[in-house]
Amino acid sequence: MEKLYTFLKYTFITLWTVFIVAPFLWAVSTSFKDFQSVNSKVTYIPWLDFEPTLEGWRVLVKSPARGGVDIVEPYFNSIFVTCTASLVSIVLGTLAAYALSRFTFKAGFVRNNDITFFFISQRIMPPIVLSIPFFIFLSTIGLLDSLLGLVVVYIVLLMPIAVWIMVDFFNRVPKELDETALIDGCNPYQAFYKVVLPNSIPGLIVAGMFCIIFGWIDFFFAFILTFTEVQLLPVKVVALNSSITPWWSLSASALISVAPLIIVAFVVERYLSKGNLSGALK
Amino acid sequence: MNLIGENITYKPDDQFHLNDVSFNFKKGNLYTILGRTLSGKTTFLKTIAGLLNPDSGNLSFEEKDFSKIPVWERNVAMVYQQFINYPHLNVYENIIFPLKQRKLSQDQIKTDVEEALKTVGLIGFENRKIQELSGGQQQRVALARSLAKKAKILLLDEPLVNLDYKLREQLREEFKKIFSEGMSQETILIYSTTDPQEVMELNGEVIVLDEGKVLQKGPAKEIFENPLNLKVAEISNDPPMNILKGLKNSDDLNFENISIKSPKHFKNLENQNYNFGIRASEIKLDDNGEEFEIELAEISGSETLLHLKKGNSKLIALIEEVMNFKIHQKVKINFNSNKFYAFNQSGELVSSPYGINNG
Repeated sequence: MEKLYTFLKYTFITLWTVFIVAPFLWAVSTSFKDFQSVNSKVTYIPWLDFEPTLEGWRVLVKSPARGGVDIVEPYFNSIFVTCTASLVSIVLGTLAAYALSRFTFKAGFVRNNDITFFFISQRIMPPIVLSIPFFIFLSTIGLLDSLLGLVVVYIVLLMPIAVWIMVDFFNRVPKELDETALIDGCNPYQAFYKVVLPNSIPGLIVAGMFCIIFGWIDFFFAFILTFTEVQLLPVKVVALNSSITPWWSLSASALISVAPLIIVAFVVERYLSKGNLSGALK
Repeated sequence: MNLIGENITYKPDDQFHLNDVSFNFKKGNLYTILGRTLSGKTTFLKTIAGLLNPDSGNLSFEEKDFSKIPVWERNVAMVYQQFINYPHLNVYENIIFPLKQRKLSQDQIKTDVEEALKTVGLIGFENRKIQELSGGQQQRVALARSLAKKAKILLLDEPLVNLDYKLREQLREEFKKIFSEGMSQETILIYSTTDPQEVMELNGEVIVLDEGKVLQKGPAKEIFENPLNLKVAEISNDPPMNILKGLKNSDDLNFENISIKSPKHFKNLENQNYNFGIRASEIKLDDNGEEFEIELAEISGSETLLHLKKGNSKLIALIEEVMNFKIHQKVKINFNSNKFYAFNQSGELVSSPYGINNG
């Protein structure tokens, strides 16, 4: 029975791994092919099946004037917008979440839970509902087709995630911990940054990870709110696909698009398994 | 120079958490708050700490209005029933945390921490992480942190309740020692608990709290000997004092077709109906006694608790040896009539084997 279970477990894990990794291997292989190798026959293994070439990768860094597509600028644009928006969302979201978790708000019929729901409700609507308001809003304040405008919009998209995760996290940190800090001579701000915050690192990491992922993969708003001045990576990658599908550079750009997320996942995984809150608080 | 509370009331919803509580705590004394769960003990301590603001009433310390001083400037220390320490800091850093907040000199901090660690017996654990400690050790760290502070008011909120039996006994002994030797005469120590035995052992001034109301105040001995009413008799005894509804005649007490010779200290009582109280430990097995039926027998340590029944009366008897009983078995018991209490129909103490001090 034990053996059968182990066998089934490993079979499942193997199949799942193949399912996940196969497209990546396909993309890695394709990114080193040229027009000939893609269109002639089915090929998999470099040097044996086809002659590898770096052309697919080179195109990505060449300027359009020299026949390239230059995804370097959109790449850094994406990094800037995602990181800035995530950072602001985490800072503001954490403060909001702490207040929602610890203080009691009353305004008419509105209570803490209603405010929390208001944040989450921003994510319940399909994004297309927000597209026209955002467009009009950005064009009114003159931030259409600009990095700053995108940062503003992404903060609106990401902060609910941060608030949602952190409210849940703070609710599980016992109130007595803050109270002990107050009794031990901290004013409420010191209690927050000297005691509550250092114990919230696992929550901050999870919230940060979600913000970065959702910010990085967004195509919709990057597509609608930018034209020529500013481009983000997802839009640029999709734009590669013209009358001829350049499979090689498309694969290469897809790979470098997901690379940051893979790195983030590995780093975060280490931190999460070390999570220092488990068992420490009753 | 005392901690004085006057008519403190706290009613955040439709229930009283504190109901017109007044007290006058002197420095160098130990005060125990005895009450069942949800009786308002934690609210009481949090109000003194400043974590809660009462709806009405005055709280003053050293002739200053305490309600105007925020928590972090009150110089109090508190140990919670949950073992609350700072999980991101090790043992040493946990204990110096409040001292660093008060910006004491490095030398001062060092001696204070060492002293506190020695008192709670955690020398050698300085660099341990909190998560690596057992519950008892975690609670010792919390205690060390509050001792090192040398706060003028030390609050302990059921500090032993979440520990296992063995450890509780051991820490209780140590607490007694720490409180009697290690505390400065400048400190007011307030200790809350649900356990009457703890109250008796700590032997301080007792406040019996129920539903946010003070039922009785006085030295532990006085609470034990003369519980003012049925509620106090129930709260301040474990197992709760047995109450038997019965009639006193000139020479005997009658309940459930049992007739017992009236004790001497009842001789001035009018002949009428009373609630007679008797502690579980004053009921003995006796072949010539009255027959009761066993509902449940619990063995705890070296004692046996018998839950007995006869007619409408239920009793708990504490037998000081381990014996095996069957449920529904009949046993004969005898009451130590010299230890009977009498409470009148409204539940107030009218006669006690120790004599009533307040008349």
